Amino acid sequence: MNNTSARFGEFGGQYMPETLMNEVHDLEKAYARYKDDPAFLEEFDVLLHEYAGRPSLMYHAAKMTQELGGGKIYFKREDLNHTGSHKINNVLGQCLLAKKMGKTRVIAETGAGQHGVATATAAALMGMECEIFMGKEDVKRQALNVYRMELLGATVHSVTSGTMTLKDAINETMREWCRRVEDTHYVVGSVVGPHPFPAIVADLQSIIGKESREQILQLEGKLPAAVIACVGGGSNAMGIFRGFIADEGVRLIGCEAAGKGVDTPEHAATITKGQKGVFHGMKSYFCQDENGMIAPVYSISAGLDYPGIGPEHSHLHDSRRADYIAVTDEDAVSAFEYLARSEGIICAIESAHAVAGLIRLAKEYTPDDVIIVNLSGRGDKDVAAIARYRGRNVYE
Amino acid sequence: MSNPNRIKSAFANQKAFIGFLTAGDPDISNTAEFILAMEEGGADLIEVGIPFSDPVAEGPVIEAANIRALEKKVSVDDVFGVIRTVRQKSDIPLVILSYLNPVYFYGYDKFFAECKAVGVDGIIIPDLPYEECREVTDVADKYGIELISLVTPTSQNRIEMIAKESKGFIYVVSSLGVTGIRDEIDNNIKPTIDAIKRVTDTPAAVGFGINRADQAAELVQYADGVIIGSAIVALIEEHGANASDYIRNYVKSIKVAL
Repeated sequence: MNNTSARFGEFGGQYMPETLMNEVHDLEKAYARYKDDPAFLEEFDVLLHEYAGRPSLMYHAAKMTQELGGGKIYFKREDLNHTGSHKINNVLGQCLLAKKMGKTRVIAETGAGQHGVATATAAALMGMECEIFMGKEDVKRQALNVYRMELLGATVHSVTSGTMTLKDAINETMREWCRRVEDTHYVVGSVVGPHPFPAIVADLQSIIGKESREQILQLEGKLPAAVIACVGGGSNAMGIFRGFIADEGVRLIGCEAAGKGVDTPEHAATITKGQKGVFHGMKSYFCQDENGMIAPVYSISAGLDYPGIGPEHSHLHDSRRADYIAVTDEDAVSAFEYLARSEGIICAIESAHAVAGLIRLAKEYTPDDVIIVNLSGRGDKDVAAIARYRGRNVYE
Repeated sequence: MSNPNRIKSAFANQKAFIGFLTAGDPDISNTAEFILAMEEGGADLIEVGIPFSDPVAEGPVIEAANIRALEKKVSVDDVFGVIRTVRQKSDIPLVILSYLNPVYFYGYDKFFAECKAVGVDGIIIPDLPYEECREVTDVADKYGIELISLVTPTSQNRIEMIAKESKGFIYVVSSLGVTGIRDEIDNNIKPTIDAIKRVTDTPAAVGFGINRADQAAELVQYADGVIIGSAIVALIEEHGANASDYIRNYVKSIKVAL
C-alpha cells in the first residue's frame, strides 16, 4: 500500500469543519500505523480471501470479442464478490481500521445502496453499530437494498434535504459525524472526501488492479492496451487504475454518466462538464452553476449520480494520464442488455457505463491488443428499473 | 471601504451581540433592512451569509434559509450589493459567512477586492480549517479582510495554534454538530475560552445553539460576545418580509442581558 500524501497535484486537501479536524488527523495517524503493519494486512487479506471471495476472476469474453471485432476483451469480475460489487474491499478495510481505532459505531452514505449494504455487512461481521444515510429519492429507487441493510442490522435514515440523492446523503452523514464523532467512524464509500479518505479508499481498492495485472500477465504474457471502468466518485476505477498507472503504455479510460446527454442539464459528467471547485472536503472537479452552487445531477445509475469526482481522477485527467468519456443512460442500458445476451452476465447499471465505453472504443484496437473492463457490480438491483426504462411495468 | 479596526470596535468596553442572517431570505430586497434592524436593536456586528447549495455545517433552520434564497437565484454579487447599500447608512462591522466554493469560484482576488470595495470587514469560512487557510490568507490580507478562525469542543490541542494566528475575533462553537437552537448550552465553555486567552487578545465570541437571554448572559461571564443565527433566521422564516420589527425587538431583548 502506498501514497498517503494530502494532494494529487493541486487536488485533494482537507477542507473540513474544524469539529472534524482532530478526527481526520487521528485517522491519518492510525492509517499510517496500520497500512504497513503485517498483522493488520494479514487480517485484511484473510477477510478478502475467505469472506469476500477474492481473488475475483479475470474472464475472457470470447463471444463479445468476436462480435465487436476489435481488441481482445477481458472482464475483471468484481460483480462476483460477496455483496455483489467492489464496495466490499473498501468497507472490510475501513471497518477493520475503525475497530483498531477503538470505534464501536460506523456511519455511511449510500447512493444505489451498494456501499450501504457492504458497510452494513462489514458492521454485522465485526459486531459494530451501523447507521446508513440515503437520499429519499434513492430509498424509493432502491427499496430492496434498504430492506437488505435492515436485515443486516443497520438503521437506514432517509435524507430529505437538497436533491435527496447521493450528495445530500454525504452532507447528512458529515453532519451526523460532527454530532457524534468520539465513538464513530465515517466509512466513506469512494475515493472522495478530505485526505486521507481518497488515499485510503484507493489503497484498499488497489487489490483490483494488483490482481488484474498479475492475472493478465499470466494469461496473456503482456500488459493490456486499455483499462476501462465506470466513474462516479471513482473507487472501482481508481482500484483497477492503480495496477497500471506506472505502465505508460496502458491507456486508462473512465466512463462518466452523461444521463440524458451532456448538452442537457440532466447528467453527472463531472470531468466532461464540471469545473474546479472545493466541496465535500476536497478540491476537485464538480458540476456547478455560474455562482459556484453544486448542481443537481442526474443519471439512471444511482451509484454514478454524484456531482464530483475523486481528486486523484482530477489529477489523472489534468496530467493526461487517463481519459474520461461520457456515456448516456440510453447507451448504458443498451450495453446492459447486450452484455446479458452476449455473455450471459447481468451487470450493474454503473458497470454498464464501462461496457458502453468498451463498445464505443473496441474497434480502435486489434485482436493483438488486450482490453480489460472492470465489471464493478452485479445487476440484480437494477433489473426492475431497466424494465421500466424499456416500458415494462416490473416492480420488485 | 473596509476598516480593520471596525471589528475591534464591536468588542470595545462591552460584550458584543453578533447577529447572523442568510442574505436573500426571503428576498434580497429585504436583507439590508433586516441588517439595519439588528443594528437598531443593539447588534454590534453582523454576519451576512452567502447562500450555498450544500451548507454542511448548518442545521435545518439555516439550511432552509439557504434554500429559500437560492430559489430566488441570489448571487454573490447580489450580496455585495446589499453590503454596499448598508454601508451608505451604517458603519457597523460586517462579516461575510460563506462556504469556500462560492469564494473559490468567484476568484479569490476578485472576491476579496470586492469585499474591500463594498466595506466588508471579515470573513468566516466554515469548511476552511487552519490546515488549508493559506488558500486565502495572502489575498485576504492584501485587501485587509480578516479571516475569522473557529474553535470547537473537539479542537483541544489545536486551540493554541489557531488562536495564535487569529484575527478579528475567534468564533467559539459551543457544541458538537450543526447550527440550531438548543435548550441547553454546554457550560464547559470556560476552559476553551481560558485556553484562548492564554495565547491571544483576540476577542472570543460563542455561537451555536444560543437563543435565550439567560443563555447569553451566562456565556458572556467568560466570552467576549455571543453569536445568534438560527433564532433570527427563524423570525425571518415566520414573518417573511415583515420581520424587521421582530428582529429589532429580539436583538434588544438579548442585548440588554449582556
